[in-house]
Amino acid sequence: MASFKPTKVQFLPKLGETVTEDTLYWKNYKSPVQIKEFGAVTKIDFSPLPPHNYAVTASTRIHVYGLHSQEPIRSFTRFRDTAYGGSFRGDGKLLVAGSEEGLIRLFDISGRVALRQFTGHSKAVHMTSFLSDGFRVVSGSDDLTCRVWDVPSAVELSSITEHTDYIRALAPSKLNPDLFVTGSYDHTVKVFDMRSGSSVMTMQHGHPVECVLLYPSEVLLVSTGGRYVKIWDLLKGGQELVSLKNHHKTVTCACLSSVGNKLLTGSLDRHVKVYNSSYKIVHNFDCDASILSMAVAPDDEVVAVGMTNGVLSVRHRKHKKDKETLTSRRRRGPSYRVFVKGKNFVPRQDDFLVSKPVKQYLRKYDKQLKSFAVSKALDTALQTWTRTSKPEVTVAVIIELNRRGTLKNALAGRNEESLTKILNFLLKDERRFKMANYDGDMRANKEEFTAFLHPEEFDYMKDIIVLVRLDNQNAKKCLPYTFAVIFCQCLLTLMLFQTRMTDFHL
Amino acid sequence: MVEQSEVRVVRCGGSKINLRPPIISTDSRFVLCASGDSVKVYSTRTEEWLHSLQGHTNQVTGITLNPANHLQVYSCSADGTVKLWDFIDGILIKTFIIGYPLFAIYVSEKHDGIVFLHIAMDTDSKNECFQLVAVHLPKSAEQEVEAKELSAVSSRISPNPSCTAFGREGQYIAFARHLQLNVYFFRKQKTYSFSLKATDKKGAKNAFTCIACHPADDCIATGHEDGKIRLWRNFIHTKEYTYSTQHWHHNAVNTVCFTPEGTNLLSGGIESVLVQWQYGAGNRKEFLPRLGGSILHVSTSSDGQLFCTSHSDNKITVIESSFKVCGVIQGLVKGDAVLTDLMIDPRSKALVLNGKPGHLQFYSLLRDKHLYNLDIVQQEYIYEAGLDQFEVVKAAFDIKGYWLATVEERGQKSSDLEFSLKLWAYDERTQSFVLNTTITAAHTDRIMSMCFSSSEETTMLVTTAEDGQFKAWCQGADADTQQDQNFWSCDFVGSYHNLKPTNCSFSADSSLLAVSFQEVITIWSPDTWELLTTLCQPPGVVRDLCFGQLSCSKYLIATTTRNLLCCWNLLTCALEWSTSVEVSKLQPDPLSENVAAFSYQSKHTDLFVFKPNEPRPLFTHKNVCSEKMHRAVFVPREEPLNNCDESSQWLNRSQLYFLTQNMDLLTFSTATEEDRMLSSSKRLVIDDSVAVTPFYLLLGKHRQQQQKLNTPSHPAADKPQQPQGSVTITELLHTPAHVLPAASVLCSMFVSSLLISNTGVRQDPLREMESSEQEMNSEKEEEHSEEEMEACDSQQELRAQGSVDEVTPKLSKAQERELKRVRKTDFSWMAGLIDSKP
Repeated sequence: MASFKPTKVQFLPKLGETVTEDTLYWKNYKSPVQIKEFGAVTKIDFSPLPPHNYAVTASTRIHVYGLHSQEPIRSFTRFRDTAYGGSFRGDGKLLVAGSEEGLIRLFDISGRVALRQFTGHSKAVHMTSFLSDGFRVVSGSDDLTCRVWDVPSAVELSSITEHTDYIRALAPSKLNPDLFVTGSYDHTVKVFDMRSGSSVMTMQHGHPVECVLLYPSEVLLVSTGGRYVKIWDLLKGGQELVSLKNHHKTVTCACLSSVGNKLLTGSLDRHVKVYNSSYKIVHNFDCDASILSMAVAPDDEVVAVGMTNGVLSVRHRKHKKDKETLTSRRRRGPSYRVFVKGKNFVPRQDDFLVSKPVKQYLRKYDKQLKSFAVSKALDTALQTWTRTSKPEVTVAVIIELNRRGTLKNALAGRNEESLTKILNFLLKDERRFKMANYDGDMRANKEEFTAFLHPEEFDYMKDIIVLVRLDNQNAKKCLPYTFAVIFCQCLLTLMLFQTRMTDFHL
Repeated sequence: MVEQSEVRVVRCGGSKINLRPPIISTDSRFVLCASGDSVKVYSTRTEEWLHSLQGHTNQVTGITLNPANHLQVYSCSADGTVKLWDFIDGILIKTFIIGYPLFAIYVSEKHDGIVFLHIAMDTDSKNECFQLVAVHLPKSAEQEVEAKELSAVSSRISPNPSCTAFGREGQYIAFARHLQLNVYFFRKQKTYSFSLKATDKKGAKNAFTCIACHPADDCIATGHEDGKIRLWRNFIHTKEYTYSTQHWHHNAVNTVCFTPEGTNLLSGGIESVLVQWQYGAGNRKEFLPRLGGSILHVSTSSDGQLFCTSHSDNKITVIESSFKVCGVIQGLVKGDAVLTDLMIDPRSKALVLNGKPGHLQFYSLLRDKHLYNLDIVQQEYIYEAGLDQFEVVKAAFDIKGYWLATVEERGQKSSDLEFSLKLWAYDERTQSFVLNTTITAAHTDRIMSMCFSSSEETTMLVTTAEDGQFKAWCQGADADTQQDQNFWSCDFVGSYHNLKPTNCSFSADSSLLAVSFQEVITIWSPDTWELLTTLCQPPGVVRDLCFGQLSCSKYLIATTTRNLLCCWNLLTCALEWSTSVEVSKLQPDPLSENVAAFSYQSKHTDLFVFKPNEPRPLFTHKNVCSEKMHRAVFVPREEPLNNCDESSQWLNRSQLYFLTQNMDLLTFSTATEEDRMLSSSKRLVIDDSVAVTPFYLLLGKHRQQQQKLNTPSHPAADKPQQPQGSVTITELLHTPAHVLPAASVLCSMFVSSLLISNTGVRQDPLREMESSEQEMNSEKEEEHSEEEMEACDSQQELRAQGSVDEVTPKLSKAQERELKRVRKTDFSWMAGLIDSKP
């Protein structure tokens, strides 16, 4: 006698969800601290020296926060218009920032008033940075020029006009004080050498460049723009190594973690993605709004993300100490000894073993299916917990009922409450399906699908649902009720159809 | 033209064992069932096939125990004879020739020497009318007797044999037909009939399907088409009869049966649930669900300890009275159609085809034994008529038998078609296939064909589907799931001008893949997935495709729907030859160059065997069978024959099996093969000197002793024996322990044999026999089975005496018993020991 075979629940494999050291490392962050700024956060920069304070440029202010403080330690507010690109010098004592009006200001970190003002740009300066010798400042502006300024004398050393569109990305070399990289909306990335006073290398990114980034070895260059992140090899004369397309909106910022030089990219699609050294995504941080800027503290202590809605979200790394406090607070359950009691007995050599027959445990819906209680089985599968956290079980039971040809029986004789439950489940599924379609990965089955679901019929059906919901009192004798049952069946077949289709997509 | 007599078509194993109810012997040790033209005897404990009672020339249609002697069984057959057998020894005792085709047999204890038979009333007329006749079996000493005393009990009875049953103590016989129940009382010589309305208000179908009579009470249980069971009482009066109705089955009741004491009623139907109703306790019942196919027959042993159910999937289940399944005897499952091809498992050389719904069955052709079922669908099977279930439609093995690919499918219409492709890996530890990968929606439409590449290094699966694509599947190399490289994923998707691919085939060395797209055959290179060339021979869509094997691997053979058989040379990419013949199935032999082609023309199937390099056929066989055949397979032989004859040479390496539309499994057998089989059976019967079979050797030995007893002056009559010591020892060591006789038996035999040689009482073997027999007797008291032997009635003894030991009719009874006992056990190697000793 064969035993009852339980319903087969189809688990779809989660792709790319393999646990590696990288994923564990990046999962180990606390939930973010949200700090409200006055406007969109355009630039975050960590001080290179401890205590690693960070400067946050938002609206007309630059705030400097301590690593664990939620209130600004210091703020620079002397901007008449929006400030851009506040960044520290290598010793963390000076801060330079551009602004919408074209002025570049230099602050002492302990002072309030600007030490120097560099005038010369005719349009907004979005990027400013110190060159690595610390005595010069380089700036990129919307007037298509890159200028280098002398800090002590506050004079312009040189001005280069090679880009043909706004310059929105800048990265100075840390090894050579005469080199810096700029990216522009003219789709190019250029490497400038101050000794020759012109660009020495030009790379075509193919999209307006939002951010450029040099690896510490300064062999690899990262440029982001459009949906693409591209890695260039400078030693090979600017050859493209990798082109990554993991975001579905413009990638606005990129930074490197200090442990292992992992690349992080943030995008307008509200995701921060972490890549491993072979440029596979290992982790994904979700944010509430489109991301404009991002920075990682030395030793990856803090990941700070700035967004368009003016929120600065700061994630701190979890430490072992924190975990211990957590575990000590937890109530202790029964000890391990209780669970293994009598089970770790090792039989001696001449003992005669009588093995216990393995008992088959069935889930509740399987028990009901076994006794052909189809309606009850559907009820069990539609329980709130199952429906929300394990929808695949619900779908499997519905498919099983369909296979047995008893779906009609299971749906018959239901009151409006349970019918609404089913309808909600089905409609939710449908919404999700439509959302999935929005990305445009719909395939040839689209015609079939639309043909199956005539729009006018569908609207008509929607009216019926509303009717059912309104007519709570005497639903049983009114006509729409029967319609709702028919509609239910119709939707169920539709859903079966869909699951088959989604399988195909996967 | 070759001689037809050399190679002939023979029916081979796997016949139905569920045609008629199985019967359990009185001692509950054996199950007997009608199977093809023989009666098979199985052991209830080990479920092993012991032997078969062969002698009928047509389908055996009924078996029943002889009420006068519980060691004998009557069988009736469509060849018009009733035979009486001793089923323990497999000896035909008597043949009664009736002269009409018989369809069922019934006996009753009260009617000694009379059997009741179903015969067709008029063979010519279309509507089948059956007649119940009583036949008086004449008592005569002859082997073959003609029984001419036929007296009709009733005409116009149901063709279903379970619609007839004997009542209490054989006083009456009840038979039902359509809506009428008839009871014939032998004493009154009168028939009472009771009829039901065709349908009642609720639209129930009231036709009778089966009938059973209570063994001690005047009560008849009838099963009906709508699942009701009615218990009829008080039917001695035509008017005042009563019946009570019980309803559990949702479909027709196939069988009802009372237990011998009459305390319980067993019933079964399509639901495959055995229901036990308590007699007289209203609605109390017990269930035994999920037994297999739908239950066709139920029978009980005479002591009520064992039940036997036979199922539609060619299975007999032995059930204890405590409602526990204790044994399953499985035959070759034959559904309505074989959807998968016939295949050979490269490991076990078993025939593989779909058996139980959702399963693949592995069937050993050599031993004619069902090996195991592999559950492919892994879903609860709902026994309900008209339900659309998952079925295994395609299956393929790779060349080493490591991988099995299956396709299961549900839904006749293409709109709600569901199917999935599954790949199974062979697990060395469990010696079975384990599910490795399930691919749902491998294609967007039905999978038409699939094949594994035949190279040994890389296994690759190619599937073609109606969506116009063919896909190649490879193991591992999936970038997304990094942890296990063992799963299968799609490697290549190919198509050709949006045509639908039909067949695919790999060349012998797997360097080429041929995929046929309607009229065009495309040749691909599986390494680079480059389209190498296309071959086309219009008109007609390509129906079948195969590459030549071994030395003919440069040829590609295809058949088209427009009756064309083409052969291309792949080196020149040109048509080598083509001939106009309607081929329904093309089957290459993997071990030789031969290709078998079955052609269906003018209502019979012909077979052609040819080599691709010569257009002339090697062998033709006209009129293989009258139906169209569509499944065939070459089965490699265990040891090749060495036929020199040209016509049968193609059968040297492998044997061709094929399945007709009527689900008969047929094969070709050659003269040499038959000679070999015949010689082995001859040795069994005639040759005394050569020790081959266990049984004969010992019997022969005893005979020799008896001959010596009769003629003591002929010591030279003892033929020189071959030195068999080593053979005997190996046989002793190689025989499984559980089939060996008890060690105590062996020891005593051995010791007694030593006694002979040492003391030299060779001139008095009778005393020796007696001495060993005394030892036996001491053991007999311990053995339970021996008591049954003693209980054997005297008639049996007499018969045995007459048939076996006619040389020495004055042997004592004790000797008789000893001899019979000895005959039953396998002592051949033992005898070898004894023989080799002096």
